[in-house]
Amino acid sequence: MDLNFLDFEQPIAELEAKIEELRLVGHDNEINIAEEIERLEKKSRALTESVFAGLSSWQISQLSRHPQRPYLLDYTRRLFDEFHELHGDRAYADDPAMVGGLARLDGRAVMAIGHQKGRDTKEKIYRNFGMPRPEGYRKALRLMWMAERFRLPILTFIDTPGAYPGVGAEERGQSEAIARNLQVMAGLRTPILCTVVGEGGSGGALAIGVGDRLLMLQYSTYSVISPEGCASILWKSADKAQLAAEAMAITSERLREQGLVDQIIPEPLGGAHRDPDAVALALKTALSEQLEQLQEIDLDQLIAERYTRLMGYGKFKE
Amino acid sequence: MAINVETTMSWFEKLMPSRIRTEASHKRAVPEGIWAKCPGCNAILYRAELERNLEVCPKCGHHNRIRARRRLDGFLDPEPREELGAEMESADPLKFKDLKRYKDRLAAAQKATGEKEAMVVLRGRLKGEPIVAAAFEFEFMGGSMGSVVGERFVRGVEGAIEQGAPLVCFSASGGARMQESLFSLFQMAKTSAALGQLRARGLPFISVMTDPTMGGVSASLAMLGDLNIAEPGALIGFAGPRVIEQTVREKLPEGFQHSEFLMDKGALDMIVDRRDLRDRVSELLAILMRRGRHCAAGNALSPPVVG
Repeated sequence: MDLNFLDFEQPIAELEAKIEELRLVGHDNEINIAEEIERLEKKSRALTESVFAGLSSWQISQLSRHPQRPYLLDYTRRLFDEFHELHGDRAYADDPAMVGGLARLDGRAVMAIGHQKGRDTKEKIYRNFGMPRPEGYRKALRLMWMAERFRLPILTFIDTPGAYPGVGAEERGQSEAIARNLQVMAGLRTPILCTVVGEGGSGGALAIGVGDRLLMLQYSTYSVISPEGCASILWKSADKAQLAAEAMAITSERLREQGLVDQIIPEPLGGAHRDPDAVALALKTALSEQLEQLQEIDLDQLIAERYTRLMGYGKFKE
Repeated sequence: MAINVETTMSWFEKLMPSRIRTEASHKRAVPEGIWAKCPGCNAILYRAELERNLEVCPKCGHHNRIRARRRLDGFLDPEPREELGAEMESADPLKFKDLKRYKDRLAAAQKATGEKEAMVVLRGRLKGEPIVAAAFEFEFMGGSMGSVVGERFVRGVEGAIEQGAPLVCFSASGGARMQESLFSLFQMAKTSAALGQLRARGLPFISVMTDPTMGGVSASLAMLGDLNIAEPGALIGFAGPRVIEQTVREKLPEGFQHSEFLMDKGALDMIVDRRDLRDRVSELLAILMRRGRHCAAGNALSPPVVG
């Protein structure tokens, strides 16, 4: 079993391994096996389509944190003509779990900020599994203030299991750092465009998620607590994560039904990790279009609309 | 000591499993509700006296949790009082069901507490000066913040702005309410944004953190006070101690995430005994609102920035 594939991806992976094998054989021999390869590829596509047509919320949640899923720095080099990473919160440290910098999107100057996870074990630890500490949020805040000063629109990219639950993080005011970002972003005088590209984990995600538009990649998720966390509290067992994922409405589709998401960016067949170039292109198109619309709105109106949008969150009877 | 107990036990008691034995030896001699044992110093206290003392132990000063309405009642002037958003109830947007239906959990919490939701907001006066005061009801689903709590808080902010009055919030909450999922999470953004409006109008927000103030409530409105005040010994933090212990796999430092610890780390302005809060907040607000002896009207100071 290949650990780079999720359980429901295994049959697809096996089929593709077979195709790959045949290709190698084809190179070695004179026998024409192109037909057989074509037949298997068709079969693989059909299989992928059928598996992905019926994904459960839990499976989507697994996709959103797929070990091969593109992370922020995989996107920056595909999305931007230029990207100049900026470091540090000017008070304590530079947090590698939060990345930000000056960038150009189709020539347009922007500030890009997002969570960063690591690919291999060493990088995972360096990036703290994409879980920022207060200095990460404060770096983001510093860059957002800078963006406002130089009238740069802000693009944020959300992909985190959550803010880091550690001793140092608490000591340095994790709560305050998150809360401050929420308040400042609500009133920042520049367009803010937020996209969930992977895992939208609770307050740690929201801390760079307050803005004028919320976009989600098709197989990304956004929730108040991880399905496992929710299950262990409400079902008294982390094994019930599948039920929790369903109940909490964490997928892009369910959240759009609830009116909380503006646009879903479709992912290539099999998910973003199967074709990072394609998903980056779709993301780039969506960001450019949304940004163009946002930049046409008068700033005072933009801020007023953002406030109305924030005050509209919630459902109650009266 | 254990040996003494052994020797005074009858053969029958020795045969019983220890769990049953303990229960039998702790038979209640008095009717429930007249006496209370202080979790801080184990003193046996007269319940009525404890209530008079705002649920603070008169012997050791341990702060027990206090109900939202009782809290506001002891804090505000007896009148006038007007409740904001009193009729609001959760709409259960996701038709959430875990082992129980969310709807049933709400009904049970309403029955147990006599409250419609986990926050009470009152417009009233503090020593004659207009104020809006909000308090979390911890007994209502752990004081968790869902759509109604968020909206009630915002009504409080709007009420304060309308009257040009300050806002005080007493938090006691486990965090966001899971059963409303992303709607709950977004209440963090909503309440924080509303406080931005109060701030822009130069009106003070005093956040009083009480035991416990955790998760989404701590990481939004509670930490955004112009003054961050805590009651003594309150648990305050983002992640729960158990979650942190599991993550870092080491023992947490003594007093970690308690008021005194946060004060030491610079997260709080002060720790104030519940029995002094009314006086103290009133004095602080008088200064922030430039009232009183040495703040005569028409002085050289410019008015607060509006907008």
